[in-house]
Amino acid sequence: MSVLVYTENWDGKFKKLSYELISYASRIGEMLGGSVTALSIGKVGDDELSKLGNYGASRVLSTGGGGTLDNQLFTDIITAAVQKTEAKVIIFSNNNTGKALASRLSVRLKAGMASGVTAVPESTDPFLVEKKVFSGKAFAKVKVLTDTVILTLAQNAFGIIETGGTASLEAFDPGTDPSHAKTIIRDVQKQTGKILLTDAEVVVSGGRGMKSGDNWQPLEELAEILGGALACSRPVSDEGWRSHDEHTGQTGKIIAPDLYMAFGISGAIQHLAGVSSSKFIVAVNSDKDAPIFEAADYGIVGDALKVLPELISEIKAAKAQ
Amino acid sequence: MNILVCISNVPDTTTKIRFVNEDTAFDANGVQWIINPWDELALTRAMELKEDPSNPIEKVSVLTVGPAACEPTLRKALAIGADDAIRIDAEAGDAYFVASQIAEVVRKGDFSIILNGIESSDYNGSAVGGMLSELLDMPSVSAISSLRMENAVVMISRDIDGGREELSVPLPFVGIVQKGIAQEPRIAAMRGIMMARKKPLQVVPATDVAPLTETAEFSLPTPREPCRIFDAENIKELVNLLQNEAKVI
Repeated sequence: MSVLVYTENWDGKFKKLSYELISYASRIGEMLGGSVTALSIGKVGDDELSKLGNYGASRVLSTGGGGTLDNQLFTDIITAAVQKTEAKVIIFSNNNTGKALASRLSVRLKAGMASGVTAVPESTDPFLVEKKVFSGKAFAKVKVLTDTVILTLAQNAFGIIETGGTASLEAFDPGTDPSHAKTIIRDVQKQTGKILLTDAEVVVSGGRGMKSGDNWQPLEELAEILGGALACSRPVSDEGWRSHDEHTGQTGKIIAPDLYMAFGISGAIQHLAGVSSSKFIVAVNSDKDAPIFEAADYGIVGDALKVLPELISEIKAAKAQ
Repeated sequence: MNILVCISNVPDTTTKIRFVNEDTAFDANGVQWIINPWDELALTRAMELKEDPSNPIEKVSVLTVGPAACEPTLRKALAIGADDAIRIDAEAGDAYFVASQIAEVVRKGDFSIILNGIESSDYNGSAVGGMLSELLDMPSVSAISSLRMENAVVMISRDIDGGREELSVPLPFVGIVQKGIAQEPRIAAMRGIMMARKKPLQVVPATDVAPLTETAEFSLPTPREPCRIFDAENIKELVNLLQNEAKVI
C-alpha cells in the first residue's frame, strides 16, 4: 500500500518541513508495508528532487513547469498522482497550502482527513491517529473510516530521519487542464534574506512588558545572535509597536520552534495557544504569577528591559567559547 | 449579490477543557459559547463590504450547523449586523458532514461570496471551507488577509510563506479568511441586539450524509515540568544550562 506525499517547494527549494513529511511518510510506509512517493509541482532541479531520497522517498514525481498555487488545478494534479501510484495514504504539511489542498482532495477521493496530526498512527486498521484540538489544550484520537486516508502533519511534530536512500526521479505529466485554474495572480511580494517566523528554530518574542516599540533593539540583537526570528504578542501588534506579521498566538501565527524566548509577555491563554508547541520555552516577566511561567521551562522574574543586556552578553560569551 | 458567512459555535477561548463519557465527549457544562474568532472577523468584513455603497451587496446571511442550543450564537451574529440566519439542525459531525450540509444550503440559495474562518478554535480542522468549495466545484482561496471589491470584482491578498500574493477570483467562490481580513471584530450595539430578535432565523433539516472520520477519544496533555525560576543575578547559570543541558542555543 503506497504512500504519497505532496512536497511543496519555495522558489525551487524544499525546506526542513518537506524532509519531515517524507520521514513521517516512510514510517507509515513501513507500517503498511508500502513505498513512499513524493509529488513535486513546479520547477525544481534534479539535485533538489534527489534529496528527498535521503529521507525515505523511493520515487519522486515532478511536473516540472507549472504555475502558482491554484487549489482546484493542484487538486487535479494530486488526484492524477494518487491514481498513478494507487496511494492509500496521502500526506500534506499542516500549513495553509497543505490544508487547502488536503480538504479539497478529501472530497474528491471521498477519503477521510485528519488534520494537524502529531504522531504516527496508533494503528492502520482501523486507522487511528492523534491530533491536537482546542488550540493545543487537548488531543483527540481520530478514526478514519475510509480505505484511503488523508493526513496533514503538524509542523515540527515528528522530526527528520535520514535513511541514506535514493529516489528514482520521474517527469510526471498529470494530463490536467490548466484552464481549471480560476484564480488570477496579480502580484507577489516576497521578503528575502529574512528567516521566516514559522520556519525559525529560535524565536525571540516581546510583549507589553517591553513598554514601547522603541525598545526592540535588544530583541533584534538577540534574535540575530541566535539566528532566530522575531515575534510579538497581540497587544504589541494592536498598539502598532510591531507589524501584525509578527503576532504569534491563537489568531496570529502558530509556531513550534526549538526555543521560544518570551520577554514581557504575561502568557494569556490565546498567546500560549500559538506557542505551546515550542520544544523549549524561556520566559522573562516581572510578575512571578504570570501564566507564561506555567508554560515555560526556564524563567526569570524581572524586568525584561533590565535582564536583556546581561542575557545578551552572557549568550554572546557562551557562544564564543 | 449575497454573502454567506459560515459560523462555528465554539467554547470561549479561555474555557478550561474537560471531557466526559470516558473521554469521548467534550464537557459542555458551564461553557460560554462564542462565534469562532475567525468567523467573527469574516462577518465583520462582510458587513463592511455591504455598508460601502459602491459594492453591489444586498444581503449578508450567516449559517451554522448545530442543535437549537447554537441559536444564541446566531442571534449574536444577527446583532452584529447579518440580515438573516440559517441553522442546519444536526449535531455537527466531522468536517465532511458539516461541509456537505452547508453545500446543500448553498446549492438552493443565491450566494456569490461564501466565507469561512481559517479554522475553528475547537477541533482545529481547517477543512470545512476547502471541502465546501470542492463539493460545490467553486474556486477557493485560503489564508485571505484582505478582501476588497473593485467594480464588482473581488480582489484578495493572501499570506504566503514570507510574503503576500494579490489575486482575483471569479464569483461565486469560497474564501477562507484569517487575521487581517478585519482589524477588530465588530461588537453588537444595543440597537443591533434589539433588532436581532426580529430578524429571520430559519431552521432547515439536515441531509443524510455519512461522516468520513470520527473522534474515538480525547485526552489532556501531560502537565509540563514546573518552570525552573532563575534569579536575575544568576543569568550566567541560565545561559549555561540553555547551552549545555537543554542544548537549545
